[in-house]
Amino acid sequence: MTLPPAGEYGMPAGERESARQPAQLANPIIAALEPAAAPPPKGEKRLELRHISKSFGGVQVLQDVNMDLGSSEVVGLLGDNGAGKSTLIKIITGVHRPDAGEILFGGRRVGGLTVQRARELGVETVYQERALADQLPLWRNIFMGRAISGPLGFLKVGDMRRMTAELMGESMGFTSAVLTPDTVVKGLSGGERQGLAIVRALHFHADIIILDEPTMGLSLKETEKLLRFVEGIRTAGKSAIFIDHNIFHVYSVADRIIVLDRGRIAGQFPTSRYSLDELLDIMREVAAGGTFTEQERYRLADRPPEATTGASEEHE
Amino acid sequence: MNPAVATRTPPRPRSALTAFTSTWASQIGITVAFCALWLGFIVLAPSTFLSDRIYLSFAQTTPYFGIVAMFLTMVIIAGDIDLSFPSEMALGMVGFVFTWQATGSVELGILAALGVGALAGLFNGLVVTYIGIPSLVVTIGTQFLFRGLTLVLVNGKSYALVTTSTAPSYQLLVGKLGGIIPMEFVGLLILAVVAWVLLNRHRLGQNAYVIGDNRLAAGLMGIPIRQTRILLFVLTGVAAALAGLMTSLQIVNFYPSMGDGFLLPTLAAVFVGGTSVFGGRGSVYGTFLGAFMIGAIQAGIVAVGLTDYYTNLFYGAIVLAAVSVHAMLQRRFE
Repeated sequence: MTLPPAGEYGMPAGERESARQPAQLANPIIAALEPAAAPPPKGEKRLELRHISKSFGGVQVLQDVNMDLGSSEVVGLLGDNGAGKSTLIKIITGVHRPDAGEILFGGRRVGGLTVQRARELGVETVYQERALADQLPLWRNIFMGRAISGPLGFLKVGDMRRMTAELMGESMGFTSAVLTPDTVVKGLSGGERQGLAIVRALHFHADIIILDEPTMGLSLKETEKLLRFVEGIRTAGKSAIFIDHNIFHVYSVADRIIVLDRGRIAGQFPTSRYSLDELLDIMREVAAGGTFTEQERYRLADRPPEATTGASEEHE
Repeated sequence: MNPAVATRTPPRPRSALTAFTSTWASQIGITVAFCALWLGFIVLAPSTFLSDRIYLSFAQTTPYFGIVAMFLTMVIIAGDIDLSFPSEMALGMVGFVFTWQATGSVELGILAALGVGALAGLFNGLVVTYIGIPSLVVTIGTQFLFRGLTLVLVNGKSYALVTTSTAPSYQLLVGKLGGIIPMEFVGLLILAVVAWVLLNRHRLGQNAYVIGDNRLAAGLMGIPIRQTRILLFVLTGVAAALAGLMTSLQIVNFYPSMGDGFLLPTLAAVFVGGTSVFGGRGSVYGTFLGAFMIGAIQAGIVAVGLTDYYTNLFYGAIVLAAVSVHAMLQRRFE
């Protein structure tokens, strides 16, 4: 597969910021974002996937997937059910091992990626409510999978409670006095749960933030808040991969959209050069006609912005 | 993911008192139930329940299943179950008897018993996690397997253990502290603290709660699911072997069907104590009180003037009442 050269879609961060609305940084969740701890060396991508393939029980879920992620870049990942979006991010987060291919962080190849290792490399994932433990208190949810403990594994519960209380006040905007670090998650509202899931991902100095269907089940207002949060990720010099069914949500925040179709990358589209309508046409095309041929994909991806919509032509 | 989540009505306003009661509902419930049962016995049989003799008796007999119940609680919190511990009690004793007869050392025998218990637990854990069979099914199988192994190894024979009673470790396990307090009870107290710390103040317990509550989340968040589940089975195996040692040494006799009859009281103690059969919820404190409730019923029934035939009736009534109260408390406060 031919990827367009980095310069084509890797717009300077400053240009993007001015186009958006930095005034919305007042959002307490965005305020929780610290500047990126370690920007990758110049010219290096934060994350690169090379020739990634994965199958489950004979079903080829991903086939020769190449993608990259720059700093201060938000990449949207679109695709139908079963396109391989979830598998792709689970490979990046170390939940699944790829059958073939390489993963590079900051230009360095990392083999045998595990969830713990991915976290050490700065990958955090917002899985929304799916990854909260309902019957457990807030502090146990915040520190799920990385409890603060001494050398023998004994928990420092006081530290974790105190940090949870701080996060609740500063970042989650939980002002209600009856919500304590010991409150069980079950009683929280949808918005409160969302705040918890996001803060959990951000508290640990993530450089690459993956949002897996983050708008699913959210109200309009909560969705709006979430999209502003994703813009804040770029402003802070970090990177994000945003997976969603909803092209409108993805288009409004992504620098570049990668369309997955049946385990392959069907195309990559910088949002600066494709209108929402054009992308909708492309998505419809992908859904109806299957994969693009090599030339068509190339033509679509490199089409100059002033070109008229031609994506409704017959394929295959 | 449930799309209805977004549109559901916000939870009702919470007061600080409700928040407290909600957090501790289960513990409060079991404490109230424990006190109610105790007061009931005192009122109905004051001569028995106001003397110290009955409590010294409970202190000796309750640990025989209470110790296992506390570690079984952790297994159940992590979403598994272990029905093989009665057989692990006996299999551990085979390790004791063989080692003790070969070396003449009670201490080595005790170590061997605990080691055999650990291996039996390890076997349960490996089959459950690597072959991927539900632990309910696996431990029904190993319950027969371990019992069968015990019967075959000792050829169905009983062993007199009278000569072990001179060993210092005998006094440590089943002697009397200060000539009064049974060492079984001291052991139960120490292990209750160990179990509480492991469950509430250690990574093991944190991981057990998360795995039992939401195994998918545990995997996504990088929790070592397999190691945690295996370790909990191993701990239960060791606890069962220890209970087997206490039971056998106290009566200075080992018979290969030893442990039969412990299954249901132990499970009852765990569930009366408020541990959820679905995982993710439970406490050592609840199981501790639950064990003494179950342990008191039999003696209490006789003391209040009923025949022993009423025992099972009361077991059933108390288990159902306690579990119903837990379910109602949970619905009311969450």
